[in-house]
Amino acid sequence: MSVLAYIESEEGKFKKASLEVASYAKEVAQMLGTTVTGVTFNAEDVSELGTYGVDKVLKINNSKLKDFNAEAYADALKQAADKEDSKVVVVSQSADSKYLAPLLAVHLNAGYASNVVSIPESASPFVVKRTAFTNKAFNFTKISTDIKVVGVSKNAFGLKEVEGAATAEDFSPNLSEEDFSVNVTNVDKAKDKVTIADAEIVVSGGRGLKGPENWGMIEDLAETLGAATACSKPVSDMGWRPHSEHVGQTGKPVASNLYIAIGISGAIQHLAGINSSKVKVVINNDPEAPFFKAADYGVVGDAFEIVPKLNEKLKEFKAKNA
Amino acid sequence: MKILVCISHVPDTTSKINFTDNNTQFDTNGVQFVINPNDEFGLTRAMWFKEKQGAIVDVINVGGAETEPTLRKALAIGADNAIRVNTPATDGFQVAKQLANVAKEGEYDLIIAGRESIDYNGGMVPGMLAALLKANFVNTCIGLEIEGTEAKAVREIDGGKESVTAKLPLVIGGQKGLVEESDLRIPNMRGIMMARKKPLNVVEPVDVTAQTEVEKFEKPAPKGAVKLVESDNLDELIELLHNEAKVI
Repeated sequence: MSVLAYIESEEGKFKKASLEVASYAKEVAQMLGTTVTGVTFNAEDVSELGTYGVDKVLKINNSKLKDFNAEAYADALKQAADKEDSKVVVVSQSADSKYLAPLLAVHLNAGYASNVVSIPESASPFVVKRTAFTNKAFNFTKISTDIKVVGVSKNAFGLKEVEGAATAEDFSPNLSEEDFSVNVTNVDKAKDKVTIADAEIVVSGGRGLKGPENWGMIEDLAETLGAATACSKPVSDMGWRPHSEHVGQTGKPVASNLYIAIGISGAIQHLAGINSSKVKVVINNDPEAPFFKAADYGVVGDAFEIVPKLNEKLKEFKAKNA
Repeated sequence: MKILVCISHVPDTTSKINFTDNNTQFDTNGVQFVINPNDEFGLTRAMWFKEKQGAIVDVINVGGAETEPTLRKALAIGADNAIRVNTPATDGFQVAKQLANVAKEGEYDLIIAGRESIDYNGGMVPGMLAALLKANFVNTCIGLEIEGTEAKAVREIDGGKESVTAKLPLVIGGQKGLVEESDLRIPNMRGIMMARKKPLNVVEPVDVTAQTEVEKFEKPAPKGAVKLVESDNLDELIELLHNEAKVI
């Protein structure tokens, strides 16, 4: 009956989004009067998970699962859910989780709700609140199947530490040839850069910056803040910045703690994509820019003067508060 | 090669989102419907396979007659045939089941659906469809080449990308990157005229029970007014972000 939590890790380290999954699973388990079983892939030290509510860890160690493989991971999680007789499976909304969740849902005959932002409104019927219309609205979705798969949005429920320790046991799912019919041939990932998906702070630039040669100050500011860099759609369409930085309705969603928009007017499609960020700051020379209506804090003025100055002041602030 | 492109009929990206009937229905009043952007990138890539590799491209939608203009637009862009499964789309699983039923009969080599629709953002249909068909699946696909029965795809991952190979039949969760924004096609007059003569087959649905149901909608709480900081007083901004917002 245990609530199953898919715990993602990278090089043995648990992602924050996965610890949020554990915290969320704990909350659901308490509603249902049961415990949380976490499933890890090739992670050695799992002791940290107890702090976030995991009671038992099923550790999968298999060199064939070194690279993420949606089908194989979904099959392994299905077998873990069967073993634990789980009625609720919680996953994050990382690219990998979004990839495997619908496969897992079909294998479990489970209904799936993605982009969930708070604990279930009720356990029976099982109703969750999720974002829809690209953050322009929420909906309350009832999942009516016996088993439910819940995809929890990053930075929505948050982390909740508990007193507790997790027990660990090894788990070896039976994987078939078919599980590996999509083969990874190359992974191209910046190792030393903060990703938009994981970032607490995102610094984003728009057309107001006039050209790709002016991105140095955006990168400097991002570095000072330990932030990821992003851009608006026109900027990626014009090739000033790579597509992977495009945030908004057709780009990446952003759910950071702080989003700083520089020279971005705030088209409705852009605002939809970044709306899940907790605090928004806009720097723009046009006081009529729609972004000022969506932001928490704003500075009207020339980004070319403000951004370097802000960067210097933040460096001083960081030095003082280090 | 036979390609099926799944087309979701969604409110235009600039639409104001409102609800009626005590917040249980989306208010379509004054809303313009379009091809879901993530699907349109896939459709445009399919056109490339048609023109360069002689693929046949069918488009499909699950929905009522009101979605036909969206399917006609896909035909005007260049798809060969359209199929409408004559039932309202209720949830991702129900849609995937309906699509799987048609896809099985059509023996498609490649099925492209957007990674998510921009209305419900479920992100369920391509993966569920692949699982139901027992076909290979690549999500958030930003590059796709096909040679014979072998596909080479690029998947966007958090913080980078990943190259994969897979045998057909294959289901793709598509998005921007499959083609560029500038590659998208606006139907021309000839395309629109030809689209009127192309087949749009209406097929009856199979019996499926939805697994999820929207009970009600809610709009985000109205936002408080922005706090403006003078550009020569950036210390105040830092102070606010540190002490009030507590984000730095």
